Parts: sequence; structure tokens; C-alpha cells
Amino acid sequence: MDRIPVLRMGPFLLVSIQVDMHDRLALALQDDLMNKIRDTHARGVLIDISALDLVDSFIGRMIGNIAAMARVLDAETVVTGMRPAVAITLVELGLSLKGVRTALDVERGMALLQAPRAGNRSGRPAE
Amino acid sequence: MLEAVRSRLPDLIARHEQTLLDEWLRRQSEALSRRRDLVSDEDLKSQSRAFLQGVRRALATGDLDIGGPAWQDVKAQLGNLSIDRARRGFTPSETATFVFSLKEPVFMRLRQELGGDAQALADETWITTELLDSLGLYTTEVYQKGREEIIYRQQQELLELSTPVVRMWDGVLALPLIGTLDSARTQIVMESLLQQIVETGAAVAIIDITGVPTVDTLVAQHLLKTVAAARLMGADCMISGIRPQIAQTIVHLGVDLGDVITKASLADALKVALARTGFTVVRAAAPVDAD
Repeated sequence: MDRIPVLRMGPFLLVSIQVDMHDRLALALQDDLMNKIRDTHARGVLIDISALDLVDSFIGRMIGNIAAMARVLDAETVVTGMRPAVAITLVELGLSLKGVRTALDVERGMALLQAPRAGNRSGRPAE
Repeated sequence: MLEAVRSRLPDLIARHEQTLLDEWLRRQSEALSRRRDLVSDEDLKSQSRAFLQGVRRALATGDLDIGGPAWQDVKAQLGNLSIDRARRGFTPSETATFVFSLKEPVFMRLRQELGGDAQALADETWITTELLDSLGLYTTEVYQKGREEIIYRQQQELLELSTPVVRMWDGVLALPLIGTLDSARTQIVMESLLQQIVETGAAVAIIDITGVPTVDTLVAQHLLKTVAAARLMGADCMISGIRPQIAQTIVHLGVDLGDVITKASLADALKVALARTGFTVVRAAAPVDAD
């Protein structure tokens, strides 16, 4: 069965979704990610969805769930590279992913994770 | 009997074409005396001649139903004329007059030709009336369609005009909204803003609603949706240009703008946006020396 790789980068975990998400894959990712956070004591998780051009309510909610679960495990989640069509779909579905931090691309997402944790979610890019 | 009646009209038109045309043109110019500026005499003449010849040719086939294939050419010509007049600002009745004013000259000719035969005169009159009425109605129909096309095009143009996304600074976009927001416009506003965010990599977007006359619960909801979508993409979104009355309305309606940053003016919002993106603006010299 396909699995989405979870890469470790220092104190952070990096997930890049490059294939069409289906429900089983999403659930597997959720499991893998949580295990990996526990094993590596990761401080932050970065999920890049720039290749994702189709979401449904399940995937949308799953992204929110992953962020909430990661927070329970004391790791912050940043979602990066969401496409306009995906953003509009999620808003129309009523899923505004409250509590999930977002950034335009992976670079800014990383900068966001590395910034002091108590900072605001302004997403100030590294100069 | 009917066959004989049918064949008489094209024959009549063929024999009296010039007279009919002259009388018809005179009547048209009387009816359109106020519209001299919109259509030239030469145009009117060539249009009328082409129409009359087309009618004669179509009648010669013996087909009296304008839905039939014989009338395709006449209808095409009439359609072009109606759309053209709709664009030039003619009223529907002025457009239909083109066809209806042909009635009187034709009736006069018929009376001269068939004066003694009341039965034939009635039959011919009926056929002519029927035919010209349906052609006249057709002009109105096409006219209506032409006007609707114009309205639709203007709506589209208005949509394009009213949703410009401007780049205010490196990484700062502004979207000055003008006019009432409805679902269709929100959709376009949202799409163009998000597209621009992707293209420019902007970190902050400012929606300026100075030009939005009223904000009700629905408009507020649309605005919040746009802000939420921009946030999902990783850009901060602010709303600026909220007038005092609108602030009062928002509170009276009980609209919760949540954690959206709102500012009274675009300048205030820009200041925040610059601070967010790490810029500081300093005055390098006294205003007189600045160039």
C-alpha cells in the first residue's frame, strides 16, 4: 500500500503530498505522522500541499485533525502552498482550519516554524 | 383558390417595386424623422430594397410561414438590422416600424389592383397582414435579444472593472472594492485575489471597502470567506476603509468579524502591512527637498 513519506529535518517533520489523497492514504498519513512525532520529539510539522488540486470535506477535516493532534503532542503544524481553488473549496465547505498556521511556500513555512513559538502568525519571511 | 391568391403578392411586388419602395421609404422617414442622426438615407434605402427583394423571392416559393427555409435570408437580414438598431439606441417600436410601415403602401397597391374583387382583396390583405406582423414581431424578438446581449456584456465588463488587484508594495496586495458585493462578484473577487497572491507571493492582502455602499450580513459573510481563503493560502488579510456608518451597521447587525484585522483607512492598513513584512518607512528629508 502507498504511503506518504514523512521526512525529518532537524526538530521538524516534513510531509509533501504529491499524489491524489484518498481516505485510506490520509488515515495512514495521520497514523505515521503521530508515531513519528512521538519517536522524534518533533517541535513542528510542515505539510506541503502545493501539488494537491482536489480536496473534499474528509481531507479538509483530516488536515485540521492532524494539526489538532500534533498540538496535543506539543508540535506545531504549518500547512503550505495551498492552491486558490483548494482554499475556496475549503471555505465553501465551512472548513477554515482555525488554529492551523499557513504559509505561501515551504520556505516561508519553515521560517514560520523556526520563529519564536509565542510569536504572532504574521509569517514574516526570513530576510 | 388559395394557390391563385398566393401567387398574386410577389407578382404585385415585382411590378410595383420602385413605387412601393418610394412610398415605403417616405413613410419610414416620417416615422423616423427624429432619428435622422442614427441612420443615413442611403443605408435605409439599401436595407429597404434588400428586404423587399428578399420578401418577393421568398413569396415566389409559395411558402407563407416565416419559419420555413425560404425565409431564412429575409430573417437573417432583418435580424442584422434589428441588432444594429438595438446597438444604435433605437426603441423597439422604431425598429418594428421598419416592417410595419410597409403595410400601407402594399395595401394601397392591392386596393388599386383588386378594387373590384372584395373577396380577393380581403384574402390578400389578410395574408399580407399576417406575414408582415410575424416579421415585425421577429424584429422585436431579435431586438430584445440584442439588448440582452448588450446588458450581459456590460455586466461582464463591470465585473472586470470592479475587481482590480493592485500591488502596493513588495508582498502587499490591495483590493479596492467598489459597488455592492453579491455571491457572483465575491467569487470573482476571491479568485482574482488568491490568484494574485500565488503569482506575487504576497504575504499581506488588504481588502478596501471604501467603495462598498452598504454592508449587510451577507456581504460581511462574503468578506469573511475571502479573508479565510486568503489565510488558508498563507497570506494575512485585512479589511480597511470601513466608514463610521458601516461600523455602526456591522455592530447593530451583530456581525462577528472574528479575529480579522480591520482599519479605518487604507493608509492605516498599509502601515500595519509594512510592519508585518518587515519594512519601516522613514522620511529621508524635509518635504520641500524630496523629489
